[in-house]
Parts: sequence; C-alpha cells; structure tokens
Amino acid sequence: MSHHIVEVLDLIHTYGDGTAAVRGISFRIHHGESVAVVGANGAGKSTLLLHLNGSLTPQGGSVRIGDFPLTRETLPEIRRTVGMIFQDPDDQLFMPTVAEDVAFGPLNLGLPPGEVEQRVTRALDRVGVEHLRDRPPHRLSGGEKRAVSIATVLAMSPDILVLDEPSSNLDPRARRLLIELLAGFQHTKIIATHDLDLVLDLCPRTIVLKEGRIMADGPTGAIFDDDQLLADCHLEQPLRLQACPRCGRKQA
Amino acid sequence: MARIDSAFADLAALDTLAALDSPVHRLDPRVKVLTALVFVVCVVSFDKYVLAAMAPFALFLSLVMAVAGIPAGYVLRRVALVAPFAMLVGLFNPLLDQQPQFFLGPITVSGGWLSFGSILLRFGLTVAAMLVLVAVTGFHAVCLGLERMGMPRIFAVQLLLLYRYMFVLVEEGQRMHRARSLRSFQGRGLGMRIFGHLIAGLLLRTLDRAQRVHMAMLCRGFDGTIRLRRDMRLTLRDLLLFLLVCLLLLALRRYDCAQLLGRLFMGS
Repeated sequence: MSHHIVEVLDLIHTYGDGTAAVRGISFRIHHGESVAVVGANGAGKSTLLLHLNGSLTPQGGSVRIGDFPLTRETLPEIRRTVGMIFQDPDDQLFMPTVAEDVAFGPLNLGLPPGEVEQRVTRALDRVGVEHLRDRPPHRLSGGEKRAVSIATVLAMSPDILVLDEPSSNLDPRARRLLIELLAGFQHTKIIATHDLDLVLDLCPRTIVLKEGRIMADGPTGAIFDDDQLLADCHLEQPLRLQACPRCGRKQA
Repeated sequence: MARIDSAFADLAALDTLAALDSPVHRLDPRVKVLTALVFVVCVVSFDKYVLAAMAPFALFLSLVMAVAGIPAGYVLRRVALVAPFAMLVGLFNPLLDQQPQFFLGPITVSGGWLSFGSILLRFGLTVAAMLVLVAVTGFHAVCLGLERMGMPRIFAVQLLLLYRYMFVLVEEGQRMHRARSLRSFQGRGLGMRIFGHLIAGLLLRTLDRAQRVHMAMLCRGFDGTIRLRRDMRLTLRDLLLFLLVCLLLLALRRYDCAQLLGRLFMGS
C-alpha cells in the first residue's frame, strides 16, 4: 500500500533567529515501518517531526505523505493521516474532561455524534484508560496523561503515528506499559527519543541526526554497534547492550 | 505561596466533590444553574430588615447539601473566608441607622444591626449557593450548561481553557518561586525587580505553551470553532423538579414562613 509512505526530500528549515535546525534531510519510510529518530539535543528531531504533519511548512525541499505532497490543500487530510503525539501531554490535553478531549478530533472531522461516541470509547479502551473518561486531565498521573494523549490521536484513526519523546517523565512501569502498547500498534511509527532502550524494543530502523543532517540511516542493531558514530552524535549504546556493571560481561 | 497552595487544594477538592454521584449530581446542569439563579434572586430581593424569613432558604440549601453529600464544614469554611468583604459592606449600618426595631429582653436591637445581620446572611447564602452549585455540577458542566442556554461559545471556551491551564500555570509559578527562594539568602533577591523578571518569564512560558497548545489543536483538525459534545439531556423529571423547586422558592420568598409558623404556635 503506497498511501502510508512518508517521504522527505532535501528538507531545509531555518528558524527566525537564524538557527538552521534542519539542513537537507531526505528519507523514505514505508508502510508499517517503525523508525526511531535519535540525536543530541538540538539536532533537529523536533523540527523534523513538526514538518511531518504540516505544523511547520518546508522552506526548502518537500514532504510527501502517501500520495499527497504536503500543501495547503492537502493539509486537513494529512493531519488526519498523521497522528502527532507531543512531548508534553499538558499541551495536548486541553479540554475539560478526558472524553471531551478524545472527542475533539473526531468532532472536527465532522463525524455524527454516535460515531464520535464509538470512537472515543474504542480509543480509550485501546490504551486501557476507559475508567478515566470523565476525569479532568489536570488530575491524571504522568502515565495516564500519556495514554490519554495517545487515545486522542487514535480516535482520528491515523495511519501514521509520530511521537516526540514518548517515554520522557514516565516511571519505569508506565514506560514499560507504553512500550507494550506501542508494540501492539500496526501503524507506521516514527519516534523521536533519547531512550535508546525503547528504540531497541520498538524500532528495527534508526535514523541518526546531527546538526540538522542525517549521519546514519539503517538497521538499529548495526547503528548501535558503531561506537564511533554514537560518540560523534552525543549518544551512548543502550544500557542493555553495555557491559554488566556487576560482572563486566556483555549480554549474549 | 502557602495561601495559593491551599486555594488550589480547595479547587481540587471542588473537583472531587463534583465527581460524586447523587440524585442532585445527576440533574441536568441547566436545571441546577437556573435554580441557583432563582435562589440568589429570591435571597437578594428581600427587604433590608429581613432576617427570619431567610431561614427557610438556609434550610433548603442544607437539604440540597445533605442529599448531595457535600460536607457542611467545607462550605462554611469557604464562606467564612470571604465573609470580611460582606462585613466591610455593612460596617457602617449599625452606626448610621440607630432606630430601635425591637427588644430582645433588655437589649435594644437597632435597624442598623438588623440590616447588618441581614447583609451577612444574604451574602453567606449566595456564596454558599454558588459553591454548592459548582460542587454538585462541576465547573465544566456549569460552563457547558451556560453555553447551552445561550452564553456565547467563545466565553464558554475561554472559561474552560482558563480553568484547565490555571493549574498548569500555578504549578509553573510555584516551581519558579521555589527555585528563587532556595537561592535567596537574608531576603536578598526577593525584591520587586526580581519578581518582575519572574512574572515576565512566566508570561513568556505561557505564550510558548499557548503556541504549543494551538499547534496541538491544529493537529487534530481545529478550524476556529471548538465543538463541544452535547451529551446533556433534559428529562421530564428534571423539568418537573425544576418547576417544583422554583415554586417552592418563590413561595418562600412571598410568604414569611418563620412568621407563619410562629403564629401557628403562638396562636395569635
């Protein structure tokens, strides 16, 4: 199916203050792939992600989602196709109750009330927080907020999920639940993160960014074995691949 | 900051109360908003010397609280907290109006004292009514109810967003305040100038957040109008109850129950 392809060609973006955040990035992500975008702080991960659903428009180069190039006309369709999950759930959950928030997207799509209700229930059920539906978002825990943010996006039935630092600020158990949840999704996934152990669990392919350019793009295993590359890009091997601190042995 | 802390704990407590389940909680928000309005109008429209005739209204409010499971202590403490404002309003009444109204044994009660008491009671009843309204309905349901009854949607949305992000903003402010007080010794660095920087920083953060929230809205198809789910249903039971309660309140306003009861017992 060609319509879930994400294609970025020579993307360039310079912010108003002169910071060149993205300087010529190209890649192609196929249907159902799960790809990690890693790199140091300020490497351009978030800027790149914001282009994928048109929150930012390319200053140079192009973005194609499926059969559509990203333009003003295709924006609504692309925003439905590409579900964006922000780093801070407080930015994403702005409605007074959880159910209201999950309904926000479907209502904007102009769906009839019955269908909206169904989608809200299904999305909340999928992430396992059906019991929170009438709670105000500011009273949820970090893990619950994250789960609800994902539900708000699922309710629009996107084909592609884009996540910015999904495991940040989560306790270990909430993080584990999140990884299991994401592993169960069939969607094309693009995950920007510093959590390389999460990458190991979820993403067979990794794109490494440095100063707005792609340093490496390939199988996660090969990239994490390249110590020189990781050091150059301010990264470290995932903890699980490092030697055991007690016995000094590496995991087989 | 301790004051602000506790004020927010209060708001959170209001949220918790609103999440309870009782016959009062289950009523349509519009019914509750309108009832509260009728209640307040009845109470404030009493003559300035009236005290006893308002007692049934206090009784009515207590009854609602009992059915809804709202602790009286919670409401009384909030009312006491804001009572100084009412005292200020009525402060000069006892001095300006010394006309004796009646005698309680050896004590002469002047019109001024009577109207002072009346102001306090009125104030207590209206504030308590509003608190109870939010406690049995929830802030967002009150807003949605008002919107359904014709308040412009933009106001409803503003109020809802204000309520949502007030918590985030206060937390951010608290963190900044804590960071400052941890590094200021002997009162240095606590002055107005630094405070100005702090507020400016908070404003910039708020603008940033507003931008991110707007972006998150756009990502989910926001086109300028916020669509609210309309899951309010006005049942016949709601309407009947509303009519009944309104009649009761108006009757209590029209006829002085305390006096009628008194006459009944004294047989005059």
